[in-house]
Amino acid sequence: MNTSHQHAGSRSALAGRPEHSSESPLSIHAMTVAYGKKPVLWDVDYDAPRGALIAIVGPNGAGKSTLIKACLGLLPRAAGVVEFWGRPYKQVRKRIAYMPQRESVDWDFPVSALDVVAMGRYSRIGWCRPVSRPHKDVALACLDRVGLGDVAHRQIGRLSGGQQQRVFLARSLAQEADLYFMDEPFAGVDAATERAIIELLRELRSQGKTVICVHHDLATASTYFDHALLLNMRVVAAGPVREVLTAQQIARTYGGRLTLLTEAAEAVAAQP
Amino acid sequence: MITVIAQVDTAGLRALLEILTLQGGHNTTVVMLGAALLGLAGGLVGAFALLRKRSLGVDALSHATLPGLALAFLLAHWLGVAPNSALLLAGAAATGLLAMWCVELVHRHTRLSEDTAIGMSLSVFFGAGIVLLSIIQASGGAQGGLKSFVYGQAASMLPNEVGITGAIALLAIIAALAFHKELALVAFDEAFARVGGWRVSLLDGVLLALITMVTVAGLRSVGAILVVAMLIIPAAAARFWTDRVARVLVLSGAMGAVSAYVGVAVSALAPRAPTGPLIVLSAGAVFLVSMALAPRRGVISSALRRMRVRMQVAQDHALRRLLHAESKDLHFRCPRCLFSMLRVRGLVRLENGSPVLTTAGAARATRIERNHRLWTQYLISQAEIAPSHVDWSVDQVEHVLSPELIAELESELAAASPAPGAA
Repeated sequence: MNTSHQHAGSRSALAGRPEHSSESPLSIHAMTVAYGKKPVLWDVDYDAPRGALIAIVGPNGAGKSTLIKACLGLLPRAAGVVEFWGRPYKQVRKRIAYMPQRESVDWDFPVSALDVVAMGRYSRIGWCRPVSRPHKDVALACLDRVGLGDVAHRQIGRLSGGQQQRVFLARSLAQEADLYFMDEPFAGVDAATERAIIELLRELRSQGKTVICVHHDLATASTYFDHALLLNMRVVAAGPVREVLTAQQIARTYGGRLTLLTEAAEAVAAQP
Repeated sequence: MITVIAQVDTAGLRALLEILTLQGGHNTTVVMLGAALLGLAGGLVGAFALLRKRSLGVDALSHATLPGLALAFLLAHWLGVAPNSALLLAGAAATGLLAMWCVELVHRHTRLSEDTAIGMSLSVFFGAGIVLLSIIQASGGAQGGLKSFVYGQAASMLPNEVGITGAIALLAIIAALAFHKELALVAFDEAFARVGGWRVSLLDGVLLALITMVTVAGLRSVGAILVVAMLIIPAAAARFWTDRVARVLVLSGAMGAVSAYVGVAVSALAPRAPTGPLIVLSAGAVFLVSMALAPRRGVISSALRRMRVRMQVAQDHALRRLLHAESKDLHFRCPRCLFSMLRVRGLVRLENGSPVLTTAGAARATRIERNHRLWTQYLISQAEIAPSHVDWSVDQVEHVLSPELIAELESELAAASPAPGAA
C-alpha cells in the first residue's frame, strides 16, 4: 500500500518535469534494492546529465555495483522506477552498453579476444545467425581502438590483466551505444592502460555519449570525470565534481556511516 | 597352446576389423551408426554442459531416468499394452527433468549449495528406481528388457529402437549447432547476455532439453548409470587440445562418435557384453591420452614447462651470483649440472676449475640484474596493481610493460639508488 503510494508520487514528480526526464539518459526514482531483508540501496533518486563522464563514488559495500545492476535489471528492485531517455529499459536496450567487472567471468573460457568483442554485436546479429564479416570488422576495429589489434586471436586467458580489461572495454565499444555502464574499468590496470582508457572515455564524451563508471579512486575522480554520484546506501550528493567532491561531502560519504544509519532509523521511525 | 591363443586372437582381430569396417551384418551396422550419431550428439551437447559448468547436473538427470523407466513399464503393464520404447523414454525424460526441478527448488529456497542438492536428488531418484525395478522383478514381470536400460546393451537393439534414438540424437545435434553462439555467450558471461536482452532462462532451458534428449537417447545403448559419460568425457578430453569453442565442439563430437563406434564394435564380439561400459572405457582411453599428451594444457607439457621455468630461474640466479663474484647459495641441487648447462650455452667458462662469466654471460647477467631492479621498482611504485603482471624472466619486461613505463621506472631507479656497476 505504502509502496504503491510512493510509486505514484514519483510518477507525478516525473510528470512535473517531463522535459528533463526525457532528456536524461538515466532517471532513477525512489529506487530501493534489498538483499533479503537488508536494504543495500535506499530510496535512490538520480538524473544523469547527457554527454557527461559520471563517476559513482563511495566506500566498499556502498552499493555502487548494485546500483548499476539494479538499473539494468540484473538485480530485482524492491521499489522504484528506472527510465532511460524517459523509457523503460526493454525499449532502449540496444542504446545501452554494459561492461561488467573483470572478475565476473572465467578467463580460461575457450574464446579469443576477438570472439569476446564480437559478443558486443550479438544483439544486432540476432538468434541463430553466425557473426558475419561486417560485424567481425567492427569488432576488430574496436580491438584496434583499445590497442589490442595484434592479440585479436589470442585466447583471453593468455592476456595480461590490463589487456583483459581492455578487451571488455572493446566489447562495450562494439555495442555502439549512447549510454555506457562500466563497473570499475580502472581496477587493476597499469598507468599506461589507465591513460588509454580515459582517452577513450573522453572520445565517447566528445561524440555526445554518456558514460557512467563505478570508480573507487577518489584521487583521480575529479580529474577523470565531469559529474559524480556520491553513494553510501543512499545518494549523499550528486552533481558536477567540483561541487560534489568536497572534503565535507567525502567525509559524509566515507566517515559518516553511523550517522547515516541513525538518520535512516529516524526516517523509518518517522513514517506513519 | 600358444599357437591356439594366437589363432583365436587373429580370428578375433579379424572379426573386430570386419565389424569396424561395417561388414559385421546389417543389424550390427545399423546399431553402430546409431551409436556414432549418439556419440556425436553427446560430445556436442556435453561441450556446452562443460562450458556452462553443469556436468554434475547431467549426472543427476541420467540417474533419475531410472524410476521413470520403471514407472512407464508398470503403466504399460497396468494398461495392458506392450511397453514400447517411446513410452519408456518419455517416462525416463519425465523423472529426469523432475529431478532437475527438485535440484533447482532445493537450491533456490534453502541455503544448501547446488552440489548438495544434486547429490541428494541423484541418490533419492536412483534409489526409487532400484526399488521399482525390484518390485517389477518380484511380480514376475519381464524385467529383462528393463535391465538393458540400466547397463545398456546396444547389440540387442532393434532397428526401430535405433531409429528412435538416432532421430532424437540428430535433432539434438541440429539444435546444438543452431544455438551454439547463444549457448556459448550465456556460458561465458551471463550478466552481459542478460543485459543484451538474451533470455538466459530460455537458453538454459534449451541446454537442459538437449541434455535430456541425449540422455534419453543413450539409455538403451549406454544405460542410465553410464550415459553421463557420453556427455562429460569427450568434452573434457577435447578441452585439452584447443582454446576455441568451435574446435572444442568439433573435437568433442568426433571423440564421442569414435568412442561410441569402437565401444559398440568391441561389445558386438561378445553378444552378452554390456555396451555402456565398453563405450565409456574407450572414451576414457581418449581422455587419458588427451590429458597426458595435449600440447600446452596436457600434464606432460605442463610438467616440462614447469621444469624449464625452474631451470631458467636457477640459471639466471647463478649468472647474477657470478656477476657479483659469488658462487654460493645457488639454490639448486646440482651446482655442477647448472654450470655445465651455462657452459654449453656459452655464458660461463672454467678458469682454474672455478666458473667465470664469458662476455656474453656478463652481458646477459647485466640485463637480468637491470630487469630485476625494474620489476622491484615497479612493485614498489605501482603497488596497487595486481602482481600478476610481474614476469621475472629476462625477455619479458619489454613485452609486458610499455616503453614509457620502463623509462619512468628507470628514472625512479636512478633517483633512488646509484646505477648498478657504479659502486
